[in-house]
Amino acid sequence: MSTTPDNLLYSKSHEWVKVEGEFATIGITHHAQAELGDITYLELPEVGRVLQEEEQFGEVESVKAVSELFCPVSGEVVEANTGILNSTEVINEDPYEQGWLIKVRVADKEELAALLNAGDYEKFAGQEGH
Amino acid sequence: MTLGYISNTDTDRQEMLQAIGAGRFEDLLEPIPSSIRMTHLPELPPAMAENDLYRHLSSLAALNAHAETHLCFLGAGIYDHFRPAVVASLASRGEFATAYTPYQPEMSQGMLQAVYEYQTLICALTGMDISNASMYDAATGLAESALMSAHIQHRDEIVVLNNLHPHYRQVIQTYLEATGLKYREVSESDVDGVVNSNTASVIVQNPTFMGTLLDMQKYSDLAHACGALFIVSVDPVSLALLKPPSEYDADIVVGEGQSLGSPMGFGGPLLGFFACKKQFVRSFPGRIVGATLDLEGRRGYTMTLRTREQDIRREKATSNICTNQALLALAATIHLCALGKNGMRQTALLSLQKAHYACSQICSLPGVTHADEGRLFFKEFAVRLPVSPETVIAKMARKKILAGLALGKYYDGYSDALLIAVTENRTKEDIDRYTTELAGILKEGTTGV
Amino acid sequence: MNSEPLIFEKSRAGRIGANLPQCDVPEQDIVELLGGDNLRSMLPLPEVSELDVVRHFTHLSHRNYSIDEGLYPLGSCTMKYNPRINEKTASLPGFAALHPLQPVETAQGALQLVYELQGMLASICGMDATTIQPSAGAHGELLAMMMIRAYHRDRGDTARTTVVIPDSAHGTNPASAATCGFRVKSIPSNQKGCTDLNALRNALGPDTAALMLTNPNTVGLFESDILEICSLVHEAGGLVYCDGANMNAMLGITRPGDMGFDVMHFNLHKTFSTPHGGGGPGCGAVSVKKCLEPYLPIPVVTRSDEGTYLLDENRPCSIGRIHSFYGAFLIAVRAYTYIRTLGASGVRAVGENALLNANYVRARLSKAYDIAYNSPVCMHEVVLSAARQKQANGIRALDISKRLMDYGVHPPTNYFPLIVPEALMIEPTETESKQTLDEFIDIMLKIAKEAAEEPELLRTAPHSTLVSRLDETMAVKNLDLRYEALFAGSPHSTVESSS
Repeated sequence: MSTTPDNLLYSKSHEWVKVEGEFATIGITHHAQAELGDITYLELPEVGRVLQEEEQFGEVESVKAVSELFCPVSGEVVEANTGILNSTEVINEDPYEQGWLIKVRVADKEELAALLNAGDYEKFAGQEGH
Repeated sequence: MTLGYISNTDTDRQEMLQAIGAGRFEDLLEPIPSSIRMTHLPELPPAMAENDLYRHLSSLAALNAHAETHLCFLGAGIYDHFRPAVVASLASRGEFATAYTPYQPEMSQGMLQAVYEYQTLICALTGMDISNASMYDAATGLAESALMSAHIQHRDEIVVLNNLHPHYRQVIQTYLEATGLKYREVSESDVDGVVNSNTASVIVQNPTFMGTLLDMQKYSDLAHACGALFIVSVDPVSLALLKPPSEYDADIVVGEGQSLGSPMGFGGPLLGFFACKKQFVRSFPGRIVGATLDLEGRRGYTMTLRTREQDIRREKATSNICTNQALLALAATIHLCALGKNGMRQTALLSLQKAHYACSQICSLPGVTHADEGRLFFKEFAVRLPVSPETVIAKMARKKILAGLALGKYYDGYSDALLIAVTENRTKEDIDRYTTELAGILKEGTTGV
Repeated sequence: MNSEPLIFEKSRAGRIGANLPQCDVPEQDIVELLGGDNLRSMLPLPEVSELDVVRHFTHLSHRNYSIDEGLYPLGSCTMKYNPRINEKTASLPGFAALHPLQPVETAQGALQLVYELQGMLASICGMDATTIQPSAGAHGELLAMMMIRAYHRDRGDTARTTVVIPDSAHGTNPASAATCGFRVKSIPSNQKGCTDLNALRNALGPDTAALMLTNPNTVGLFESDILEICSLVHEAGGLVYCDGANMNAMLGITRPGDMGFDVMHFNLHKTFSTPHGGGGPGCGAVSVKKCLEPYLPIPVVTRSDEGTYLLDENRPCSIGRIHSFYGAFLIAVRAYTYIRTLGASGVRAVGENALLNANYVRARLSKAYDIAYNSPVCMHEVVLSAARQKQANGIRALDISKRLMDYGVHPPTNYFPLIVPEALMIEPTETESKQTLDEFIDIMLKIAKEAAEEPELLRTAPHSTLVSRLDETMAVKNLDLRYEALFAGSPHSTVESSS
């Protein structure tokens, strides 16, 4: 599997976005999970919560780091992947499929234009890497 | 002069400067602006040789009355309990005392295992699910528990029963004032109407500051009925006999652990122990040690849940605490093991029996009454005196007795009251002497100090 | 040495490890005294003999590294030798067996000691007044934030809600400021690893309550612009707080009070040689300039004109009480003993040798490792970076640290300050000799070589410790925080009651 799938959009805070109709599924990138290491804890928002663009919607933790999760697009949370709360290793193992985090009803599709494509994100993540 | 604690010789220093490429020591001070470099030595007394210094400190120490020169009937949170010799002997070992916080678990298994045992013992005493590795003292532990309850409940009012130790109440107030939370203090009789849906937690001490036992289930129900957490401050020695707070559904249990193997030390350093229900683990302040396995599958211990802490989460940490009281927690661990189930029970029983004997003897003196007549108490009780308690304390001190604490400063209507604590360290003879001396002072009446 | 069982596993019903007295007063029925409903049914504490206790904790002590055993170069922690005379004076019954609430007339020696220590600390840092009440550095920071808040409030300056903190600061700084309700504004460090004056200017404003600054900073460098930094903050109407964790570098050499700081904390357990006890107790004494003196926590130890020492609680501006009693008195006794041993010239010698030792380590390791923010000299500690080793062979600071254990040396501080990649922060302290440092340096050089030639040796280190690297993920995911078997028989086991 590609570490940066072409069919997704990416934020500079290392979330990926998969747009399907009026919905967007959101997770963290392969790069983000690798930087964090073994993920031990995940906090997700309630379904129904309305998020603004770049609003914090939760956090992920590894043994020695905390990372806040920011929503790349505004919208209402319609689903949260609560099934993985007790098996957070799924985020490390399969960040783009089983390790998705939330699904939102996109309020303003124009916001998507600000996100990066796979190629640009890879460049961005490469430069940022320590 | 060469100072014993500095190992470099003048030759070493020359060689080191050379290796550094500095002509003289002052070259190392280059980054410090010359206007703030000290041009003369700090104003301090001259150096002292070890024997002279020991004599000097001995003479300062000799100016103090203390529990080995005077009979100590003072309590109010700090107690003259028995400390077996093994406690100080083991806890003062350099391997423990001169280690840092166990950031590198492979080289710190001894301390980490001891803290794991400490956490287990605190859970055993309190009945709670989890304990942290210790807080500064009971007062700051309670203040932290108040902040924790506000964080968990998203509420901003803390209700404190006024029979909590007055100093602990003041410390809680200081912390709440700083964090913008509301402090509400109530008496036992007024508590009913005060707890409501804004209440994050209700804080109650048992036995109370005056030594009496409360119906804790009642306060627990009161707090929980309003969705507030129930925070309890306890005397760990009393828990050898009394129901663990888990049985009345306490959410957080805090207490002063000085009685478990640490000297009174003029009130510090102390040991705040802190335990709670498992569901609050992520909001827990302080260090926590957990068991795990190493690469070869061997059992080992490490600090865990570190992401709650200030060095990782910075301004979003559950608490700013970093240093704790590990060495006192170790002393408590050794103490609780040495006394164990049977010794802790015996200690509590002796304190209980002797306190009741003392209460009946002292209250048999003319004009002296038990301030909480008819209420149950553990090892501490307040008496009302026909002579000012301050006078009694001063006169008893001259007879080499620390008679207790005058309560007038802390509670309205208690200007004639004296709080007396009795531990297993007091003999019948000590108690009888107390009673006799007090009788003599009362006979002298109120004439003169 | 094999693993040491838990003390609970050695327990056998009927054993006791202490000799307690029998009851010498008439006994009453316990149910009547305490009430049947108030009594507990089980007390799951261990039952072991005194010899069991001695052996168990002696075995545990053998499983713990300490400054008594060898070099402990944890940066920012000042692991210096803890003199034994300090322990002897602190255990004098005239100090150790004192009750905090005994009449002050009967505790004059103790109060005199505290009073004199307050004065000596103020003199060392160039401030006007000191309290020894805070139990730790972080407690001192919190107290300082409380006092700064009260100071601005009393001047009607209520808009000062922000505390500025460099990104290189200890985590306790932002945590303490936030606990006190302040908004934290983080500013980046400049190319030299010091405070960026422009970033500071931009961060300051009418909302500035204070700047919290560590000097020397956590990169081990002296903030050469300190005079300008302090005056910028003062011009903006804020106060300047000094995190005194690195005070060892300045002893007898320079004073925060002269630099313009208004308040600072000391770590008596670092700078003044009181043992750190595997995590504490400490003492975070706080010194202040005149402007903050009214806000000191109660009670304040004072001296009357007649020479009597008092506990003054009548302080209307005080922020209140922050400790059950007066702070860690027995720690203060140790620090007092230490300063009196050193005297003025000894205090200066500490500062000088701390600087010399750190610069020596730095000079000899500067070829094999990258030096963070390479400047001509460092202060009391040197921050290396394993960036080169990571680039070359994927060897991280942690791997180098773990390998040090195989040579019997405690590792330096890892991954702090956060602004240095792969940080290895080394603070030798003044009590180590050139010979000890040479041994350490030779080991570090050898490890640098191993990192290049046999990286696997580092990646799998340590090899010679009692346990190897621990599964910390497992420790978090399968929380095991107490010995469950002890509670198995309890009718009131709370295990299943939790969510």
